[in-house]
Amino acid sequence: MEGRLARLGLQAWSALVLLFLFFPILLILFYAFNSSNVESWPIAGISVKWFAVTWNDPEVRAALFLSLQAGLTATALALLLGSLAAFGVHRLAFFGRDFVSLLFVLPLALPGIITGMALNAFFNFNGLSLSIWTIVVGHTTFCIVVVYNNVLARLRRTQGSLVEAAMDLGANGWRAFRDVTLPLISTAVVAGAMLAFALSFDEVIVTTFTAGAQNTLPLWIFGAIRFGQRLPEVNVVVSFVILVTIVPVVIAARLTGGEGVARMQAGGRN
Amino acid sequence: MTRSKATSIRWTQVLAVAAAAIVSIAACGGSTSGGSTANQPPTANMKPLASIGAGEGRLNLIAWEGYTDASWTDPFTQQTGCKVNAKYAGSSDEMVTLMANGGGGQYDMVSASGDADLRLIYAGDVRPMNTALIPDWSNFQPQFKSPSFNTINGVHYGISLQWGPNTLLYDTTKFPTAPTSWSVIYDSKYSGLVTVPDNPIQIADAALYLMKHQSSLKITDPYELTQPQFDAAIALLKQQRPLIKKYWGLASQEISLFQNGDVVVGAAWPYQTSTLKAANAHVNDTIPSEGATGWADTWMLATKAPHPNCAYLWTKYISTPKVQAQQAINYGETPVNSKACTEMDAIQAGSCAQYHADAPASYFNTIKFWKTPIATCDDGSQRCLPYSKWQLGWTSVTA
Amino acid sequence: MAANAVLRPRAPTGWARAQALVWRRPWLRASLLLTPPLAWFLVVYLASLALLLVTAFWRINSFTTAIERVWNLDNFQTLATDATYRTIIARTVGMAALVTITDALLAFPFAYYMARLASRRAQTLLFAAVLLPLWASYIARVYSWILILAHNGVLNWSLLAVHLPAANIGYTNVAMWLVFSYVWLPFMIIPTYAALERIPESLLEAAADLGARRLRSVSDVVVPLALPGLVAGSIFTFSLTLGDYITPILVGGAGSSFIGNVAYSNVGIANNVPFAAALATVPVAIMAVYLLGAKRLGAFEAL
Repeated sequence: MEGRLARLGLQAWSALVLLFLFFPILLILFYAFNSSNVESWPIAGISVKWFAVTWNDPEVRAALFLSLQAGLTATALALLLGSLAAFGVHRLAFFGRDFVSLLFVLPLALPGIITGMALNAFFNFNGLSLSIWTIVVGHTTFCIVVVYNNVLARLRRTQGSLVEAAMDLGANGWRAFRDVTLPLISTAVVAGAMLAFALSFDEVIVTTFTAGAQNTLPLWIFGAIRFGQRLPEVNVVVSFVILVTIVPVVIAARLTGGEGVARMQAGGRN
Repeated sequence: MTRSKATSIRWTQVLAVAAAAIVSIAACGGSTSGGSTANQPPTANMKPLASIGAGEGRLNLIAWEGYTDASWTDPFTQQTGCKVNAKYAGSSDEMVTLMANGGGGQYDMVSASGDADLRLIYAGDVRPMNTALIPDWSNFQPQFKSPSFNTINGVHYGISLQWGPNTLLYDTTKFPTAPTSWSVIYDSKYSGLVTVPDNPIQIADAALYLMKHQSSLKITDPYELTQPQFDAAIALLKQQRPLIKKYWGLASQEISLFQNGDVVVGAAWPYQTSTLKAANAHVNDTIPSEGATGWADTWMLATKAPHPNCAYLWTKYISTPKVQAQQAINYGETPVNSKACTEMDAIQAGSCAQYHADAPASYFNTIKFWKTPIATCDDGSQRCLPYSKWQLGWTSVTA
Repeated sequence: MAANAVLRPRAPTGWARAQALVWRRPWLRASLLLTPPLAWFLVVYLASLALLLVTAFWRINSFTTAIERVWNLDNFQTLATDATYRTIIARTVGMAALVTITDALLAFPFAYYMARLASRRAQTLLFAAVLLPLWASYIARVYSWILILAHNGVLNWSLLAVHLPAANIGYTNVAMWLVFSYVWLPFMIIPTYAALERIPESLLEAAADLGARRLRSVSDVVVPLALPGLVAGSIFTFSLTLGDYITPILVGGAGSSFIGNVAYSNVGIANNVPFAAALATVPVAIMAVYLLGAKRLGAFEAL
């Protein structure tokens, strides 16, 4: 029903927004080939040496490994806790439901520095030494809501009657869950897990306050940026991560269609 | 916070000695304070390592940017199997906080400057070290063997490393000859083209300038400021603020500011100069006629260091003439090992004289070394402003 | 065990009975399911927040920076009386509002195009394109703007090439506004798109049948229905800007301190956690009001 002119205008606007979103990223890809380690425009010269340097840098590997480890653990915990919460709240119109939703969304809705400072004070108070586990605790806390929101939204849309029908046909609660509910919510779970992992993988602020001597990838990147001599390695690492994630992100966007991925919005945290 | 409470109790006991010790650095930079044994730092009686055992395979360091360059950490890792993991800190305050965070136990060593050393020692975050395990210690310049900022009652809480000045960095296309005064960073001619560190200790730089240009204030030590002196320094900095393009917090920021032509003059560390020169930028640095503030760094061992053997291996390695020379040239500072001079000239001819590694005593005296401002002035009165006031003052300038 | 189960088919009966019991009592089921996640939040998160709040009423020893558990209001008094902090709070909140409005203006037409005009295939690709930047390091993306906005950067280089005067916006509040709008834009697009996608086509057709012109149908039908999505997105853009300290450090100039910077430097550098905790109550209070307002606008359903 939109007119040709409006359509054209929207198309142009969208193209500009895409350019805005991707120009800085293209610049990062471009500077991965910079021959100098001091970044200035125009580029000093073209070189591929930083790819080898980065590949052989044990700090980068250790940071990447720690990020994967912490991200996967936090995602698994968030999946468990978030799904439990969604099932618990689902179909219960009790007064506490709003409270539960608000509670879970708090770590995303409050600035990350609050969560970070609070957890840091908490760990110090309890004499807990900072480690990968304190990182995981922090990440899980703000990842739960992503899984919770995705699963809850899908549960609201699925027909409760299907489960009842299955149980009428003699399936017990577990079988009804496994054979009926689980397939219905699986894409929502995948979408929630993907976003939870993405949030954890690029989180800086809460991690700054919950990590000890160990570096996750974003903390390594911040260290490299402040040190200044390893900027090209940062560009190589970021380029690598983007290239590796293109395919899964597109697949996830397709797999979950409009609805499933559309619910991934709750991804607030950097 | 259980830990904080404990230290605060200890602190009430040792506060006086700490204050005296800090003042003594200002006084002559040489004498050790003679506190009674009852007021020893918390870790004074910890037995230092008697011999270096096998490395633990890892070493967690808190370091200034540029202090763990791959050109000397990689050979170290190859020799000892200790993998170096560095966390960079941009200020002494940040180092102190990192060392205290979570009750310690994360980091092995910190490359602390003089203004952090005593805070670390009296908080019990660092422990005595055995100089007998560092063969090159006997080759150190005399003023760095047992300096008052890391040695108390004959107990060494760290091994001196390198020292140097905070310099005036300038764009040679805008300044064909080196500026002779710090006045250029307060000159409205360079409005929007100046950068200085985002660090409360920068107030001392303003005080140093006022010391020479406003003698009526009677500033004798840029780290000991009474209220009127402090107010004058803050007023100067507030007047400077419109000229500032950016207060840099990370060394790389200043590098980027100069490289991209955003600023033409600023206060810097030698590290920025050497990195920029390596990238063929048109810059140079100088120590203006007013003199400069500066630092003397020490590798200190954390009380709860998880890898003490690697820490000793590192200290031993970093004190050798060759590595001392490498770091000095790479960063642009002066080594404490007197044997580093020939090694410096071997790496880069004339560098020994350039960085004053041959005649440190006279050069040493031109630098006002960083120390923590405290309420007790040199004359024993309580009229000086403590560091917490400096922090508030600095926020009021930059915010 | 497995063999036993096969041999004794009646064995699971007790288990099945327990299941049925739980299933028929929604309250029991809900409390069983909710206990672990709620316990996590109670023990870890709420306890931490409470501790932070309590810390705001303590103080530090000014020389040793050790926390002293002495109840006092000094931190709040400093906040209330020192003009420096009022400036910082006003700057932070103002920027958060500006960034939120900018992102809403940028996101709405884009999300509209994505949801209602793009082909199915294009929709998927556009969606992936919005998600992809979230995987590229946030710090690196902010950093690349330094290269764009610097004096000799990409922007001025391009302007000079077409004989336009240089734009000196590097290291200013304008730079921060641009960069914040840039990094948080996906968080506005996604919920807005989700809300727009849910509007039934029939509703728009009905509006058209009733003679609504295009623009009116957009303003009267589409915008109100998309509003919860926009508000949901705004929670993120607003809150993320409110607590950020990395963008001001990297692209801000002189006088660009945010609440986050002061809090961060008090925790990470000055070791004055009590003051940082007192300062932290400001964004918490602001977000509490914001969330209440958002709830009224139905944003929680769109979350």
